[in-house]
Amino acid sequence: MFIINREIVDLTSEKLRNQFGEAILTEEVEMDMPVYVVKKEIILDLLRFLYDDETLRYRFLTTLCGIHYPDNDEPFGVIYHLHSLENNQRIRIKAFTTLEDITFPSATPVFAGANWMERETYDFYGILFSGHPNLKRILNVDEMDYFPMRKEYPLEDGTREDKNDDFFGR
Amino acid sequence: MPEGLSGNGFFATRMDKAIGLARMNSLWPLPFATSCCGIEFMATMAPHYDLARFGMERLSFSPRQSDLLMVMGTIAKKMGPILQEVYVQMAEPRWVIAVGACAASGGIFDTYSVLQGIDRVIPVDVYVPGCPPRPEQIINGILKIQDLAHNESGRRRNSAEYKELLATYGIE
Repeated sequence: MFIINREIVDLTSEKLRNQFGEAILTEEVEMDMPVYVVKKEIILDLLRFLYDDETLRYRFLTTLCGIHYPDNDEPFGVIYHLHSLENNQRIRIKAFTTLEDITFPSATPVFAGANWMERETYDFYGILFSGHPNLKRILNVDEMDYFPMRKEYPLEDGTREDKNDDFFGR
Repeated sequence: MPEGLSGNGFFATRMDKAIGLARMNSLWPLPFATSCCGIEFMATMAPHYDLARFGMERLSFSPRQSDLLMVMGTIAKKMGPILQEVYVQMAEPRWVIAVGACAASGGIFDTYSVLQGIDRVIPVDVYVPGCPPRPEQIINGILKIQDLAHNESGRRRNSAEYKELLATYGIE
């Protein structure tokens, strides 16, 4: 469980509201850290703003990952975890989009470490990142023609042929 | 001992029987251990179970000098071509033992990323079931391999069936 530094959290919220206004859709403090849901168009500006701000100094990208909520209006999302090492405060930023508009701005201009994480997100969810220097699969075989972590597959596919059924009674 | 003609101070048998005898007692294994079955193999190799008593004294960590490829553990689909390349680098005659449920069939990993049995990329001589198999089971598999090496005809690797088998895997 992380400690919440109320002073820094309030300052973060205030600065984000002043800077981005309506583009910050929701903000709430969950059990461990504040969560901001924002429009995906501003995500790169927002990361750069938080990085450059002399007080907040969110200069460490802990992780970046994709998510798929198939029942939502905007099913695909990317989640960023930022860490301000000097203030010992972490925040979580989420942005969502639809399958038709699945391109996010790449975070690599601000955080070089986002490179492999965005490749992983592309590999498993098919989320594209514009401006990424080398967007290709990182963990799965290159020949794979689907995105395995999307929640659009039945748990057991009776038609798959790469399993030898003799030993499994299917 | 193979069947043959023996007398005072001599023993005569067929050439391939003599070669089989030599091969079965001097197999050099190449361990390809990717997960927990590899740990069982370490126990098998260690003094308590002592695989060396079957003439497997020397573990070869180069495919070029080894006779027996021991695949122990889960093989991801991305690892498949690498495993096949290791097999291709081994010189004839070569045997393959698939140790454990994962190497034999994919095991519990019925998923998009795992090869569903190494016999999808290379031919396998002996399958050892278990998750993981106990050292006794691995030794039993080794004895089966020794049996194959002992009784293999000298011309088997030149036969049309054998070439056809390799061709189905796209090897040579």
